[in-house]
Amino acid sequence: MTQYLFYLLAALSVISALLVVFSKVPMYSVLWLVVCFFTIAGHYIILNAQFLAIVHIIVYAGAIMVLFLFVVMLLNLNKENEQHKNNWIRFAAVVSGGILFLTLIAAMRSTEVLAYNLPPKSEIGFVQNVGMKLFTDFVLPFEISSILFLSAMIGAVVLAKKDKN
Amino acid sequence: MIETIPQHGYLLLSTFLFCIGVIGVLFRRNAIIILMCVELMLNAVNLLLVSFSAYSQNSDGQVFVFFIMVVAAAEVAVGLALLVSIYRNVMSTDINVLSKLKG
Repeated sequence: MTQYLFYLLAALSVISALLVVFSKVPMYSVLWLVVCFFTIAGHYIILNAQFLAIVHIIVYAGAIMVLFLFVVMLLNLNKENEQHKNNWIRFAAVVSGGILFLTLIAAMRSTEVLAYNLPPKSEIGFVQNVGMKLFTDFVLPFEISSILFLSAMIGAVVLAKKDKN
Repeated sequence: MIETIPQHGYLLLSTFLFCIGVIGVLFRRNAIIILMCVELMLNAVNLLLVSFSAYSQNSDGQVFVFFIMVVAAAEVAVGLALLVSIYRNVMSTDINVLSKLKG
């Protein structure tokens, strides 16, 4: 049962990721990316990472994709007359991506990943455990990331502000 | 619940998603789509980290995924602000227009 769910979600995420790259209208790319993020959240739930699934939906589908949609609408890019790279460069892009895939798969086959085939405990993804890790072992990076957010916020406002002259 | 799924499935899936992101970065000329493909690559890495975290019964990987999400959110905010200000200057988000540094 879980296996079929995994295959269904995997096929959905691969198809939606391909449609992000190859759809003509930028708005459709954004919407397919939202679908892809929801399927990845489904994978997190299958992997018993419930906290991360909820955070993923809130941060990506709720905040980042709204930003993307807002910018696509604001810049009025929702038209199909986008220039494409010439055919040789597009062909080379697909070939080099495929070669990267082959290289990574070959590297993966020669390593021993089967050491981790234990049946996972269900409670390592709960808010309690992740929060304990976050506020004991990783408390300094957590605080530094808040400074990163503050500086990113100030930087975004300064960059997007209109010049007076 | 998940012992029926081999971990190779997750390795293959996240590798494939990462390669789709790479192809998108090389394939498209619209800078917004390129940013979206970077997000796709970050999500592939997140999926890999979560699967290793689940199969090795250690929640450190999920904390790393949390920090990657933080960095991705900050990156998108700054990147889109840059794109808006570029669009204001050259009225386009085509990356071939932005070749002034080539001299």
